[in-house]
Amino acid sequence: MNIIETKNVCVSYEKKLTIHDLSIQIPKGQVTTLIGPNGSGKSTLIRTIAHLLHPCDGSVFLDSQNINQEKASDIAKKLAVLPQSSNTATDLTVKDLVTFGRIPYRKRFAPLSKLDHEKIDWAIERASLKDLQNRRLSTLSGGQRQRAWIAMAIAQDTDTIILDEPTTYLDLTHQLDVMLLIKELNEKEHRTIIMALHDLNHAARFSDQLIAIKKGVLQVSGPVQEVITKQNLRNIFNIDATIVNDHNKPLILTYNRWREGIAN
Amino acid sequence: MNSRVRFTIQLSIEIIILCILLLLSIRYGANKNSNDTVMNAIFNYQSSNLDQQIIRQIRIPRVIGAALIGSALACSGALMQCVTKNPMADSGLLGINSGAALMLTMSFIFFPKLSTQQTTIFSVFGAALASILVFGLSSMKKAQLSPTILVLAGMAISAFFTALSEGLALISQLKQDLAFWHFGGISAVNWNQLIHLGPWVIGGLLVALLLTPNLNLLNLSDDSIQSLGKNINIIRSITLICVVILSGISVALVGAVAFVGLIIPHIAKFLVGADYRQVMPMTLILGANLTLCADLIARTINPPNETPFGIIISLVGVPFFIYLARKDNQRI
Repeated sequence: MNIIETKNVCVSYEKKLTIHDLSIQIPKGQVTTLIGPNGSGKSTLIRTIAHLLHPCDGSVFLDSQNINQEKASDIAKKLAVLPQSSNTATDLTVKDLVTFGRIPYRKRFAPLSKLDHEKIDWAIERASLKDLQNRRLSTLSGGQRQRAWIAMAIAQDTDTIILDEPTTYLDLTHQLDVMLLIKELNEKEHRTIIMALHDLNHAARFSDQLIAIKKGVLQVSGPVQEVITKQNLRNIFNIDATIVNDHNKPLILTYNRWREGIAN
Repeated sequence: MNSRVRFTIQLSIEIIILCILLLLSIRYGANKNSNDTVMNAIFNYQSSNLDQQIIRQIRIPRVIGAALIGSALACSGALMQCVTKNPMADSGLLGINSGAALMLTMSFIFFPKLSTQQTTIFSVFGAALASILVFGLSSMKKAQLSPTILVLAGMAISAFFTALSEGLALISQLKQDLAFWHFGGISAVNWNQLIHLGPWVIGGLLVALLLTPNLNLLNLSDDSIQSLGKNINIIRSITLICVVILSGISVALVGAVAFVGLIIPHIAKFLVGADYRQVMPMTLILGANLTLCADLIARTINPPNETPFGIIISLVGVPFFIYLARKDNQRI
């Protein structure tokens, strides 16, 4: 079953058409990752399915319902979004930030309910932030901060979590922590994960499905093994990659710029 | 220390200081009163007693006015800093005060017989006009509001409006009358103005207090706020309407007083942290304390002459601001 579907979506951003006639299906309960070069429209697509940008043509369906006909507060109960620019330092504490995740459920001026408190504590626990919950975000490392933002998405208690490049600016250990946390949310809590990633090996290792786009046009989509192939990477990224098999997942050992005639 | 305990202690201290300042301000001035006269004027008023009359008719409205205006200026500074995500923003920097000032100057010149309430309407209208211009200019290009462009547009509008009102004042030879008001003077506030304008100020301050959970949310990016199902434009609009009303009225009553809106929110944050649910009440009380204190000094430093209290605020405010900025770089 598909949790999100786009049908012939066109999106223009700052008066440029960045996505053309794109139809994709994202299966429920799986990890689906968007890959593609810089400027390919990954973020635009992420923002469109997250209801942050409106398509100029076509429609986006969430649970078979047209997303444009739903109230923003109802969508927020089904879909948590971690935008690309979100990892900024503020003077708020970790707990303050995670508490924001409960906004879609709260009545105006009402105090936090027992359920709210439970979900917040549980999200903090999940993201291993218990010891840091009263620290200000500005005093945390980039990796800890990113975990705090993910905890906010967890507290939002949605079936689907969308993350736009969640590992950007993190060192490799922290990247791994974030990816493992995301995978855990999928495996233990059966949440659907949709993300955009630059690191193809992370994409291959942690995803079930891949969707590759280039210049706003769908290139290929499907299970990881079918997408990460020599031919596809050449088409999408213009690279000549050496791919090996690691625990039944493709692993890119090294790559060069692809030039016609030179590559074998 | 638990942040809630710290907040309660800090707020209580500030409220005690506020009460002391209120009583001192009523007692001292060009005309010194005994405690008994003050108490009698409040609780046992005799209209035949001149001292009591001065206290009741002149000093009490003036003191209440000073406190309210201090709260209003500090509050609109805090709101502006939050909405523009710019720690240096206040209603002065974004041209809102100068819009109010321009309309006021025009009302002085073209309709010199208007009452203060009527000129205040001009002032609020000018504040609204300036903010529509500033926000309109800065959102013309992109859908998202950039704090930098906002401040640039504000400075341009501010310079333009100030030039216009100075020019108008020069041509119509109002310069002398307007000079005192440019520096900020509270002497003119009377009961009549308080009764008509006070409720608006108090209303604006209450709305600002109710807005505080949403103000915290403005720490997030626009995308994050929207993905939580909140409409960021509604939050921004309500905040801005609040700023327009508060700064429009303040400018009409005391003139373009600088620094209150800029420093007070920082001092409040310095004392209680970043949570606006705690910062905003602190800001209101601290703003009142600062103007009361400045006004008290302005009246007693060279009696019976009055020093414009805006000058006192700048004198106290600037060194304190530099001290804060040096002491704790991260918070400013």
